[in-house]
Amino acid sequence: MKIHEYQAKELFKKYSIPIPEGGVAFNISEAQGVAEKLGGYPVVVKAQIHAGGRGKGGGVKLAGSQGEVKTVAGQILGMNLITHQTSPEGRLVKKVLVEQGLNIQKELYLSIIPDRATATVVIIASEAGGMDIEAVAEKTPEKIIKVYINPLVGIQPYHCREVAYGLNLVPETIKPFTALLSRLYALFVDYDCSLVEINPLVITAEQTVIALDGKVNFDDSALFRHKDILAYRDLDEENPLEIEASKYNLNYIALDGNVGNMVNGAGLAMATMDIIKQAGASPANFLDVGGGANAEMVENGFRIILSDKNVKGILINIFGGILRCDILAEGVVQAAKKTGITVPVVVRMEGTNVEEGRRILRESGLNLTTAVDLKDAALKVAAIVKG
Amino acid sequence: MSIFVDKNTRLLVQGITGKEGQFHTRQCVAYGTQVVAGVTPGKAGQKMDNVPVFHTVKDAVKATGANCSMIFVPPPFAADAIMEAADAGVALIVAITEGIPVMDMMRVKNFLAGKPCRLIGPNCPGIITPGECKIGIMPGPIHQPGGPIGVVSRSGTLTYEVVHQLTRQGIGQTTCIGIGGDPVNGTNFIDCLDAFQKDADTSGIVMVGEIGGTAEEEAAEFIQKYVTKPVIGFIAGLTAPPGRRMGHAGAIISGSSGTGQGKIAAMKSCGIAVCEDLGTLGELCAKVFGK
Repeated sequence: MKIHEYQAKELFKKYSIPIPEGGVAFNISEAQGVAEKLGGYPVVVKAQIHAGGRGKGGGVKLAGSQGEVKTVAGQILGMNLITHQTSPEGRLVKKVLVEQGLNIQKELYLSIIPDRATATVVIIASEAGGMDIEAVAEKTPEKIIKVYINPLVGIQPYHCREVAYGLNLVPETIKPFTALLSRLYALFVDYDCSLVEINPLVITAEQTVIALDGKVNFDDSALFRHKDILAYRDLDEENPLEIEASKYNLNYIALDGNVGNMVNGAGLAMATMDIIKQAGASPANFLDVGGGANAEMVENGFRIILSDKNVKGILINIFGGILRCDILAEGVVQAAKKTGITVPVVVRMEGTNVEEGRRILRESGLNLTTAVDLKDAALKVAAIVKG
Repeated sequence: MSIFVDKNTRLLVQGITGKEGQFHTRQCVAYGTQVVAGVTPGKAGQKMDNVPVFHTVKDAVKATGANCSMIFVPPPFAADAIMEAADAGVALIVAITEGIPVMDMMRVKNFLAGKPCRLIGPNCPGIITPGECKIGIMPGPIHQPGGPIGVVSRSGTLTYEVVHQLTRQGIGQTTCIGIGGDPVNGTNFIDCLDAFQKDADTSGIVMVGEIGGTAEEEAAEFIQKYVTKPVIGFIAGLTAPPGRRMGHAGAIISGSSGTGQGKIAAMKSCGIAVCEDLGTLGELCAKVFGK
């Protein structure tokens, strides 16, 4: 799960990680109110959306007076902000963060992520702050510092020193930096984060260390023990069909093709998308109904796929194991009768009780195309959407 | 022969009295697996069918000599269950549970380091040596006993698809292992490849990977250096968009890392026969494995 920068900074504040003075605003007058309280200009007005690259897209602007805050906030609020991380249509900006301007002397990069290969928590830092860290790692790997921490032991002072000296910090900033880093680690662990990132972390002319930006993502599997984080969820940032699917425990991801598909199991669902592509068509979604799917889940899956107006054909691919094909066929028939099939459907079933499942589909009176195997199914559905 | 499990494996089931635990225990018993004990705290003295239930894994091991555990404990308590099994001296732990927090699994993995115990999963279908022993949730009848092919995969139903295509070609399996779809897991591709290479009855290997992480790339390098048996590789998720979790917690492309295209290139450069069309995997296996 992702949250906004201003929400990330609320968590930073809770962990005594220094952030610029500021506040979130939902309209122009609120933005002016926040700016006035900061006690001096310039201030920075930052669009709050769940995507990076906001500055380049025109979503972050400096304002030197109250009048300029009005102009700038007016430009950003309500804009469709397009960045390399948004869809081509961009994202509607509904709120801005207004913050004090700082005398920046140096910009650093700092993040903490889980390292899946070593099962450790890794701190990544660089003197090349404010830039795309993947590009830095590719072009100048020597500028990247990585420190791996065994989660059973946790962060130790020497880990912090290793990062601090690696960043060539001047003596007066070492202590505030190491304090900040150990608190950031605590935040990462306490909240089961999948990423905390400060880019840039700035050293000011006054030699203070401040998190100018903040990004925090959470492990979805751990949200059950972080109810306070669920309150940060912003449905405006999510695809409406994905929100609908999440209500029924369906794993649905909207894509831009025109072949809807419903599969049991994530690996087989990915492979089904791939085979649709190889057949010359393009998947409209990823949908894993899971190993324990019942008729109701199949029905909801059907309805969600059909709500996508781009869908011109549907491929159902089920490998019956514990979930028997006859049960699934019944579910498909019920769902199709209730929901109404508005586009051609190709069904491929294999596994436990497959003959019985095929018979149920054949005798249902529904306009379903059956396929003998995966390849046959993909070719049939591709032929349908191509007309 | 086989790897990790066979007809002598003595299985205990943690979470045996839950809905999933009961259902799949019965399926395993029906397949012929020796299920000797169950563990549900608070239910010692009860029986699930004919299987005695114990409060703790230690009690179960002491009373029955169980040497393998299958875990159906819900995600919030699963890490604890794995560590309990390891502490009780269980040699093989198969964690079926999906949705264990990453931080919990990182702690578990470090806890297990240096202990004489192997973890398979979590978030996996389990492991089966066809005709001898089924430990997990996979459908038994699609498998063909007798070998000579070993299967290792990060997926569940996709593994069934692969096994089904092998069986349809008349190609049997020695052992099929699902190592799980989570970012942090126990046994990895390399552990299985190494075991299959050393297993006299396995003459070829099918390896089923997916997007996310670097496990397939590392496995490909290992194969080039140490595996002399033919290997067929498959990668799911070539059309997956970056930055999205594709059902499995571990199936996510982060920046330029973990793409299907990168994995296929790595496998090809290490001499692995890559199947790029799942619909024809069975035919490719028949060709490469010479059936």
